[in-house]
Amino acid sequence: MEIIIIIVGAILVNNIVLAQFLGICPFLGVSNKISTAIGMSGAVVFVMTLATLVTYIIYAYLLIPFGLEFLQTISFILVIASLVQMVEIILKKISPPLYQALGVFLPLITTNCAVLGVAIIVVQQNFTLAGGLIFSIASAIGFGLVLIIFAGLREQMELVEVPKAMKGSPIALITAGILSLAFMGFAGLV
Amino acid sequence: MNQLQNFTKGLIKENPVFVLLLGMCPTLGVTTSAINGLGMGLATLCVLCLSNIIISLIKSIIPDKVRIPAFIVVIASLVTIVQMFMEAFVPSLYESLGLFIPLIVVNCIILGRAEAFASKNNIFSSFIDGLGMGLGFTLALTILGAIRELLGAYSIFGLKLIQTDGIIVFVLAPGAFLALGFIIAFINSIKKTA
Repeated sequence: MEIIIIIVGAILVNNIVLAQFLGICPFLGVSNKISTAIGMSGAVVFVMTLATLVTYIIYAYLLIPFGLEFLQTISFILVIASLVQMVEIILKKISPPLYQALGVFLPLITTNCAVLGVAIIVVQQNFTLAGGLIFSIASAIGFGLVLIIFAGLREQMELVEVPKAMKGSPIALITAGILSLAFMGFAGLV
Repeated sequence: MNQLQNFTKGLIKENPVFVLLLGMCPTLGVTTSAINGLGMGLATLCVLCLSNIIISLIKSIIPDKVRIPAFIVVIASLVTIVQMFMEAFVPSLYESLGLFIPLIVVNCIILGRAEAFASKNNIFSSFIDGLGMGLGFTLALTILGAIRELLGAYSIFGLKLIQTDGIIVFVLAPGAFLALGFIIAFINSIKKTA
């Protein structure tokens, strides 16, 4: 039951993009086409899960025993940056098709604050390792879901005439606002 | 480019939030009130100035290949210092900004300025560039925070103007997107006529 609450909460109620404002840069940046949105979402699910696993282990078994919690920010960002590099190299070697699909998005993920944000939330809210992993996967799915919906909306919007001053980012932001309003309807679900 | 131009470009012409659309996460996430926006802006300003100075100082000794990781380490250390200062001296602000303080590390403005400006220019112009960009960011966050607070709670900097509930949606998540969208549209329309 608890697991279901974590999953529904992270995907719909407290969506990381629309309710917590993490990962807005890729949300606005790579949402022009559904196909790129799907690629980016896949890469985020992959990296976020790995990053949470590794940062949790580092925090619980390295930083806490030695009283080094203040190194949290530095160690997490370094771990994430090197992890992304490593994943890129490994994917290139062992699975060229997967690399083709996700490769171009991987470097962008280092500066995706959702990855660092979720890693920090997991250690701050004292999740267990399993709970944290489920939370991070659900958060990543929530990110992907919103990114793909938003990309679909933007594809349709290309066909619509928009007032000149609203073209580009303003109309994208306002659409995101309306989407966020829609997601507020899920509040109270858990 | 003279120093004055260097300073003012961050404020208006290349405003990081309204024109370049950088650092969107803290911009949308913390601006539920003018005070929060101001606090976040000043924290970012500190990190940006210091990181620009330090990176400009050490740019000649960092090998080109590892410059990005080196920049990130410098920025992350500065963020940790700022975070500790805020926890000690302004605990209430620290509390309300929460997660977004450690996330200054991944604010694209800071790494962007380090890569695009501080790694190529001398210490003084890097400092001025950081100051201008930081103030531009602070200005944008304070304006957005003030507008959202004014509409959402009918108050400004915590001072209640009308004793009723505001249009609550503006202090909630959707309001951030809507307010920023309309501000940018407004700026675009001025630019078109000017």
